Amino acid sequence: MTTTPLAAYLIVAALIFAVGLAGALTRRNAIMVLIGIELMLNAANLNLIAFWRYGPHPELLNGMMFAIFSIAVAAAEAAVGLGLVISIYRHAKTSDLEQMNRMKG
Amino acid sequence: MGFVFYLISAFAVGGALAAVLLKNLVHAALALTVAFLGLAVLFLRLDAQFAGFAQILVYVGAVAILVVFAILLTKGSEVPKEGVFSKTWLAGLAIAAAVFAVLAWAIVQAAPSLPNQAEVPAVTVNDIGNALMSRYVLPLEIIAVLLTAALLGAVIVAMHEKERAKQ
Repeated sequence: MTTTPLAAYLIVAALIFAVGLAGALTRRNAIMVLIGIELMLNAANLNLIAFWRYGPHPELLNGMMFAIFSIAVAAAEAAVGLGLVISIYRHAKTSDLEQMNRMKG
Repeated sequence: MGFVFYLISAFAVGGALAAVLLKNLVHAALALTVAFLGLAVLFLRLDAQFAGFAQILVYVGAVAILVVFAILLTKGSEVPKEGVFSKTWLAGLAIAAAVFAVLAWAIVQAAPSLPNQAEVPAVTVNDIGNALMSRYVLPLEIIAVLLTAALLGAVIVAMHEKERAKQ
């Protein structure tokens, strides 16, 4: 039995989410924006697991399954996102988002 | 609230902060790994063993390596002269701070009605496997299709454009 209140986990998740959002909004490099998005997804996973653990019916595994599927989707997103960054770098010779200002190649 | 929780949370939040703030992208990727590891330990502390080890395998094992590969392939380890933060960094920081303020306010308001402790759920990996194969079999199949599509898509997108290279 743990004695850490649920609110403590939620605050930690909110902090990591805010840090990830700040990273995604303030960095110039496309890879750093992806890193920020990964941090935000992880913070959401922490929330799902914490609510599953403290919820009324943990044996139904709802929150746990959400977190597991979210990890799988995040892995797919990271692979495609980084592939796109590499492709754009080959084309435009930069991964600076402020220089990527047109959709036409 | 234990000392261990503070220590792990400090690792996770500190790793996330370092990942966002460090100028060298390789250092940022290493800090990101520390943040992922801290989150995995938090999952383990929440008695979610399967999710914790899946987190270590997928994030610390695969995503971190993928990020390092992408950084090296795009020569991202060189710190740009014009700085690592965009021109609109102040607006981004303000939005992130506002989001955190709203979330923290909601949590603090709800804190008295939130549970402080709960029985350790008697859930084994066996139960998770059974649930994945019975109640959650459709999402599992969709995830399988999604991962296959993402694998093919990532390879095709990142593949060298041979026709363009010949010209």
